[in-house]
Amino acid sequence: MPEITDKTVEKIARLANLQLAPDESGRFSEQLEKILGYMHKLNQLDTTNVPQTAQARQGRNIWRADVVVPGLEREAVLAEAPDVQDYGFRVPRIIE
Amino acid sequence: MRELSAKQIHEKIIAKEITATAVCEAALQRIHSTDSQVKAFLAVDEQGALAAAKAVDRKLAKNEPVGPLAGVPIALKDNLCTKGFPTTCASKILAGWKPPYQATVVERVRAADAVPVGKVNMDEFAMGSSCENSAFFPSNNPWNQECVSGGSSGGSAVAVASGMVPLALGSDTGGSIRQPASLCGIVGIKPTYGRVSRYGLIAYASSLDQIGPLAQSVEDAAMLLQVIAGCDQKDSTCTDMAVPNYTEQMQSGIKGLTIGLPQEYFSEGLDPEVKAAVEQAKQVLQDAGARLVEVTLPHTEYSLATYYLIATAEASSNLARYDGVQYGLRAEADNLIAMYKATRAQGFGAEVKRRIMLGTYALSAGYYDAYYKKALQVRTLIQRDFTEAFNKCDIILTPTSPTVAFRRGEKTEDPLAMYLSDIYTISANLTGLPGISIPCGFNSEGLPIGLQLIGKVFDEQMLLRTAQTYQSHTDWHTKRPILA
Repeated sequence: MPEITDKTVEKIARLANLQLAPDESGRFSEQLEKILGYMHKLNQLDTTNVPQTAQARQGRNIWRADVVVPGLEREAVLAEAPDVQDYGFRVPRIIE
Repeated sequence: MRELSAKQIHEKIIAKEITATAVCEAALQRIHSTDSQVKAFLAVDEQGALAAAKAVDRKLAKNEPVGPLAGVPIALKDNLCTKGFPTTCASKILAGWKPPYQATVVERVRAADAVPVGKVNMDEFAMGSSCENSAFFPSNNPWNQECVSGGSSGGSAVAVASGMVPLALGSDTGGSIRQPASLCGIVGIKPTYGRVSRYGLIAYASSLDQIGPLAQSVEDAAMLLQVIAGCDQKDSTCTDMAVPNYTEQMQSGIKGLTIGLPQEYFSEGLDPEVKAAVEQAKQVLQDAGARLVEVTLPHTEYSLATYYLIATAEASSNLARYDGVQYGLRAEADNLIAMYKATRAQGFGAEVKRRIMLGTYALSAGYYDAYYKKALQVRTLIQRDFTEAFNKCDIILTPTSPTVAFRRGEKTEDPLAMYLSDIYTISANLTGLPGISIPCGFNSEGLPIGLQLIGKVFDEQMLLRTAQTYQSHTDWHTKRPILA
């Protein structure tokens, strides 16, 4: 059984860029432990040499002609952005 | 109007017995009078709908050709992008967002002259089995408003079952079309992975997601599938295989058809009343000329764990894009990472966070092999089960859901119990196979029961033929809930 401590939850939340409220963190560790415990069922199966299936249908890729077509209009895209400056998405400072 | 099928409405409109505008007004009227009870709609597009209906009437007045769904009102799940009209995925993180582009399926139903009347409720980001994870409100089951609609396409199922619209589009990642269809007593189809373009469908788990129709009858569902199926240059996972004529062979019966019954789907956890109704449905199909054989899908008990590892892993990656930069909600903070974290904390609901956490864990260093890779291997074993079973039969018959609609709040505190609602539907997503749910009875409390058929890859025709045969021998699909 996996043990999901508050510390593990904190680490996963950091990887997922999620800020958890103190009450969420405790609840998640309990719930994730239970759910992952259930998933341990899979260990009953010997999967040595079993290939992985990442896609339901291994069809061939569908190509389109390599022709330039217009993309989305810049104005339409920027109109939905939370913050815009000079034709770009404005974000908090990244470089000091 | 609500007694008419999509097909009948369409026929009456092209025969000029009624106008598309009158049909649209009746649908809007029905939404206004009943939606407060069942809460299917997140946004009604009254203006857009009337404009689309009038356009159909204008074409007909000029004797111009119209599309195969001309004048038929349709509801769209709110994870399908509608250009210039709000698309929220029932999440606060996208509240108010108006997509700058149209989903291919929306373009296709519009090109077929259907009349989209609005966007319907769902579990946030399609994560859930009861519509209780909508960030806005849950939808109610029209057969008993204290019960859930099922999910995640709950609004789609409720809008159709309540007679507001004859057709709806939903999406199905683990049963999200078939389970609410079953719980609301209507028809829902998850087509084969790759049959329908997903361009403009907001992604949850990309190796599992598929768009499909919900309707009162198999015939109506087939009409809508016909319109949305087929190759799209904008989705490289959508096949360029020709789309057959789905309605053509639908009436040809099922004499000589072999139906496989997987014993694993009739064992513990199955509600006795659901089991009895499905047993009866087997008999109906046998009497109609099908041969029943036992088949075995030995890895069934591992499918739920496999599904929830793969789906959450893919979700954790797909949902990384909601970071407050390009669209939707942004929470202010003084540096970029803090802005990401605060935006996601405010914008996502509990189940979405839980699944992102699960998926992130399963993909993280040290756990990848034990969880994610293991699940991909078991997925292979599950696929082999189905390949083997389909050597012995043409179609597989199971219950759609282990229970009828449950009470609101009954499973919200126990995520694992909620996940178990998907136990019979998820294999079709893991394998990419087509599945349909059709009504096959009611329990002693008057709640609908659904029957699931799973077909061979790209054999939607056989599914439709079998389902149509069943409906021609039964009248469950004609029962309607009573709403004030």
